[in-house]
Amino acid sequence: MPLIETAALGMRYGGEVTALADLTLEIEAGVVGLVGVNGAGKTTLIKLALGLLTPTSGRIRVLGLDPIADGEQVRAKVGYMPEHDCLPPDVVAAEFVTHMARVSGLPAAAARERASETLRHVGLYEERYRRIGGYSTGMKQRVKLAQALVHDPELLLLDEPTNGLDPAGRRAMLDLVHRIGTEFGISVVVCSHLLGEIERICTSLVAIDAGTLLRSATLSSMTEHNDLLVVEVDEGAERLAAALTAGGLDVRRRNRVLTVRLGEDDGAVYDLIRDAVADLDLSLHRLERQRHQVADLFRDRPAEEVSHV
Amino acid sequence: MSESGVIHDIGYQRYTGPRLGPGHSARALYVHSVRSAYGLGRSPWAKVLPIGLIGLASLASLIIVIINSQLPEPVLDQVGIASTFTFAAAVFVAVVAPELVSVDLRTNLVQLYLSRPLSRSSYALTKVAALATATFLLFAAPMLIMFIGMAFSTDDGVPGVLEEFGALLLGLLAAAVHAVLLAALGLPIASLSGRRVFATGMIIGVFLLTAPISAVLSELDSGTIGRLAGVLDPASLLNGVDQWLFDADVSLVSIGSFGPVYGLVTVALAVLGTMAAVWRYKGMKS
Repeated sequence: MPLIETAALGMRYGGEVTALADLTLEIEAGVVGLVGVNGAGKTTLIKLALGLLTPTSGRIRVLGLDPIADGEQVRAKVGYMPEHDCLPPDVVAAEFVTHMARVSGLPAAAARERASETLRHVGLYEERYRRIGGYSTGMKQRVKLAQALVHDPELLLLDEPTNGLDPAGRRAMLDLVHRIGTEFGISVVVCSHLLGEIERICTSLVAIDAGTLLRSATLSSMTEHNDLLVVEVDEGAERLAAALTAGGLDVRRRNRVLTVRLGEDDGAVYDLIRDAVADLDLSLHRLERQRHQVADLFRDRPAEEVSHV
Repeated sequence: MSESGVIHDIGYQRYTGPRLGPGHSARALYVHSVRSAYGLGRSPWAKVLPIGLIGLASLASLIIVIINSQLPEPVLDQVGIASTFTFAAAVFVAVVAPELVSVDLRTNLVQLYLSRPLSRSSYALTKVAALATATFLLFAAPMLIMFIGMAFSTDDGVPGVLEEFGALLLGLLAAAVHAVLLAALGLPIASLSGRRVFATGMIIGVFLLTAPISAVLSELDSGTIGRLAGVLDPASLLNGVDQWLFDADVSLVSIGSFGPVYGLVTVALAVLGTMAAVWRYKGMKS
């Protein structure tokens, strides 16, 4: 079951501003990066997932539930860390997190226990008996994370968790998010406008732009090898293509660059290309596996045939 | 962040215990709100005004007990406390209602509440209930002191104590009416502003500026208009209800035979105020 599933989801504010338009996506378990520039609709998507907003068109399901009809159930199973400041200054952190745990439905004793445990997990231990108003930005971000995590949600929605942090703080926060996703076993959707920052910790990425889906894929399929081989020759690309096609390979040509699909037997394909190039007496410029780069997410329609020159 | 440094590595435990429903969430918020109304769990400064007010009210009640026990006829009874302390309670509401809702708006904390299993309307209703409870306690403390004092100084033995107990119950009933109306008026006003000062100012304004209007009207006219003028300001309105239902011996207004009108207006205002609070959070952008 996907964590979040949307179909033709649309959201317009006041009939004028279109925040999301016809968004269809599936977010699977894991650490999912939701990337897009500011204003792309990331926060709107999160608020729709929490049932705080009602979509103007389409539908959304979270953990298999409808966040509008079953809002209370959804919100009991989801933890949310908003982007902006949301903490009362004159309350002790431990008490605050305990209170939020109780509001999430935990009995008093369990709430207290989980609050101090969660604060320790996010790296606040001695400091947890101090008032939040006296905290640094980094500590406040940790309290925000703790209150989202305290009721042990199935899904954690983090909106720009590294906002306002210095580089060391960013790294620590991202490591923490990574740990939550891997060691704690809680699925995380983490929003960011900084792709380079979150690609490190995510198992998959969803890129949205202007309220529509740009791309959604697992990170490995985007950054690692795929099964296309790029062959570039000085001239005679047509002859090479013909020779390779005759050899039974799936070849596409784009000017001087050929992309060849690797089959079951990689070695045989390499051999065939080598032999064909030698037979035709061509000068081989490049022979390599095609890689997708995460930055492609933000290029127009990265079709599979396009190679990187 | 550099100062908080190390992340302590003990394994994460999943929570397998019970998850209680939205009712539990509302109860947690209610208890928390009543506590924070009196500054409990907050900084010392947050305690000064509410605790100070309840302390002053108790002191005043102690003085009244002493005077009552010296005179042949008591000068003020339990219901009288409800009527005369309305202004103090209005100040209390003006201070505490912003503490309950404006702070949540200002700090955006309301966002965290709404992303939990707590609906918008139950958030609003819980806050009204918490404010009403806190206000009720402000009335109940001096009444309890008066009961204890009068019960000890009674000359009629057990029947005298029972009589005082009956008066206490009547007083608490009047206090409940006062608390509900004041909370239902104060909370929606406070929820309009995230700035505490503005919220306090608006509440004080509504409570205190309406008083002269109704006073002038009742001075000008001794007929129907004058008798009904009390419904325009909360303190006279509540005093009218006290006179009608509990035969209060303190009278800020003369209600004549319009007691039921005062009762009706009180109920209507309490319902409208509560609905306004719910409506405020329903329409709020999240």
